[in-house]
Amino acid sequence: MSEAHHPAAAPPRAVPPAPDGDWPIATLTLRVNGQAHRLAMDTRTTLLDALRDHLGLTGAKPGCNQGACGACTVLIDGKRMNACLTLAVATQGQEITTIEGLAEGEALHPMQQAFIDHDAFQCGYCTPGQIISAVACIREGHAGSAEEIREFMSGNLCRCGAYPNIVKAVQDVAAKGGA
Amino acid sequence: MQPFAYHRASSLEDALRHGAMEGASYLAGGTTLVDLMRIGVMRPDRLIDLRDVAELRGFDTGGETLRFGALASMAEVADDIVLRQDYPALAESLLLAASAQLRNMATVGGNLLQRTRCMYFRDTRYQACNKRSPGSGCAALDGVNRQHAVLGGSERCIATMPSDWAVALTAFDAAVEIAGPQGRRTMPIDSFHISYGEHPEAETALRPGEILTAILVPANRAGRTSCYAKVRDRESFAFAISSAAVALRMEGGRVAEARIALGGLSTTPWRATAAEALLRGRSLDESSMKEAAARAMDGADPRPGNAFKVELGRRTVEDALLRAARRAEEGDAA
Repeated sequence: MSEAHHPAAAPPRAVPPAPDGDWPIATLTLRVNGQAHRLAMDTRTTLLDALRDHLGLTGAKPGCNQGACGACTVLIDGKRMNACLTLAVATQGQEITTIEGLAEGEALHPMQQAFIDHDAFQCGYCTPGQIISAVACIREGHAGSAEEIREFMSGNLCRCGAYPNIVKAVQDVAAKGGA
Repeated sequence: MQPFAYHRASSLEDALRHGAMEGASYLAGGTTLVDLMRIGVMRPDRLIDLRDVAELRGFDTGGETLRFGALASMAEVADDIVLRQDYPALAESLLLAASAQLRNMATVGGNLLQRTRCMYFRDTRYQACNKRSPGSGCAALDGVNRQHAVLGGSERCIATMPSDWAVALTAFDAAVEIAGPQGRRTMPIDSFHISYGEHPEAETALRPGEILTAILVPANRAGRTSCYAKVRDRESFAFAISSAAVALRMEGGRVAEARIALGGLSTTPWRATAAEALLRGRSLDESSMKEAAARAMDGADPRPGNAFKVELGRRTVEDALLRAARRAEEGDAA
């Protein structure tokens, strides 16, 4: 994790561990895309960094690192959340789904196919987060109209401005019976 | 980020025991705390994760008192059918806040404890921030203060309180339940967020080691007419530049009860009691609404960057009054 944003940061203080707490290295089990992984990592590790740096799942993307852009969106117990603001150590016992867990082998998830069919991306950086968020948007019942989709997809920014085609892709999957 | 010890509390008692240790912070949804830890603004030595504390979960919107466990997520409360029908302002204040992702993570208790979005507070490269380092000054007073408060500020700090939910709760005379090392207490929400005065570093009445456990709202039939009007710099996923929660109870074409609270304009959730009193017994027309809106902004102390907020605040109140009046009419017709 980069310290570059706050050069004024003081040197780390020596902290005794809580009586039954984890410090500074936690041993934990992450359940990702149906598989359990036993890992040891610094308590400061975000879920996003754990996925990318410890498990090699680089689909979820670091963007703003402050919950503002949605590029890091994953499902935690079926609910879409920002992995950049989630501590990995706090997700033990929960089921995490990333973009890598959507397809069935070579068969793309309907939302992945819809994004291709509707040309719903240009550079593609925000796309894994968009697709995960779109799947959840439909499952939540928040994809009833283009207006509703725009409102409930507002946590996913696209700097290329592919929004009209993203909305079309979500509408398409919703109309075909969901995600 | 500074290293920290992590402990997942097994019960409220266990949480309080660990929370009493030096440098401890409670972790709920993490959308404020983890964010501020990442940018070095908050530097706890220990995190006490509350997610497994069962008694902090769940909520009940029926009965004489609505009760929201502090760990209920913003999303689950905003989706509650009863709340949407009987207290639209409460549901709208949650739904118009943050993003779908953040509403799934963030809790209704943590929402009341979120820190200001003042960019000088968030950016540690600025030395002067009385909220971050008491006594260092305030860079916003003569800086870029477009987003800052015109009500309730002091010469020490003019940062706005960012919670929409707190504003809607204030209109309904909500209370918060608190558990601490010395036992439990309940306090009205309008004394929970404290005026900055000399000490802007203190934002709430929560004492070290205490946990906000629940939010209580007395049932109110005016809730059905209520609405939350929010003005933002973009159409969705933005903090309020100005907002108003309004609820009305009409009798014979006149206002029997008006509830008005403002957000985005002030350093604490701002109850406009003088504007409420002005409306009582009057019919709702253009002139009474304009008078009430002007009264709501009485005492505004604008700066060059945020002077527009005085007029914007008035118009936000008028907008919310109009919408609540329409809902009251529809209720009568139904």
